Amino acid sequence: MPMQIFFLIIAAVTLISAAMVVTVRRMMHAALWLVLSLFGVAVLFAMLESSFYAVVQVIVYIGAIAILVIFAVMLTRHMMDDTGRQIAKNWWAALVAVVIAFGGMVVLVLSWSRFQVGPGTAPSELLLLDFGKALTAPNQFAIPFEVSSVLLLAALIGSIFIAVERKGGQK
Amino acid sequence: MIPLSWYVIVAVAMFCIGLFGALTRKNAVAILMSVELMLNAVNINLIAFWRYLYADPAADPTRALAFVAIVFVAAAAEVAVGLALIISAYRQRNTVVAEELDLMKG
Repeated sequence: MPMQIFFLIIAAVTLISAAMVVTVRRMMHAALWLVLSLFGVAVLFAMLESSFYAVVQVIVYIGAIAILVIFAVMLTRHMMDDTGRQIAKNWWAALVAVVIAFGGMVVLVLSWSRFQVGPGTAPSELLLLDFGKALTAPNQFAIPFEVSSVLLLAALIGSIFIAVERKGGQK
Repeated sequence: MIPLSWYVIVAVAMFCIGLFGALTRKNAVAILMSVELMLNAVNINLIAFWRYLYADPAADPTRALAFVAIVFVAAAAEVAVGLALIISAYRQRNTVVAEELDLMKG
């Protein structure tokens, strides 16, 4: 039982902080709630015995993306802090749509018997080694790996190109 | 024992919260944060399915992990480009309210 109780606590923390992200008024507070929610997801990854992705989640999401979001919030802060509504007027329609989608998906999840299975055999200790080799082996995932690195490079150059301040007018 | 459906339901709930935020928030940075929540929900799903259905050493578990790696990379690229777009729009239009960024409205 303790594993289930621990899971429920972590799930509650993750979901409540996710709800705070989308409802809280101040953007900086929303960014900090986002950090807590991402950390809860990292704990869920660790509970799934995926230590590699738990560490990646902490480094990439909490270490890089959350800091990037906080930078964006600070750069655009004086715009709509505390003033006016943060939520669109027809939020109730979105709420109805989201609740219907949630209910439909939960019914689907509960109705399929394969979702009731427990965890299978634990992944082997050497899995990470195999994974590293598979990412660079030409007959496995070398090409997807390289394509994703090119995607990251293109995103890096593209975001610098978009965000750079051009000298000499040209709005 | 935690059944697979618990993880999937948590992921569904997180996805729906993110969807609600993306539909209702006015601030473009907040919309991007909601998209982050949705992407994370998908990652929970992928890792849970990997652990429950494909972690068996006989079933070549690295395939699912490579899939998750590419989703992580795509999510990171999406956030970098999205924030750059928001900063650029803020610099040129001096607003981050999604409703006021209607330059391409027909």
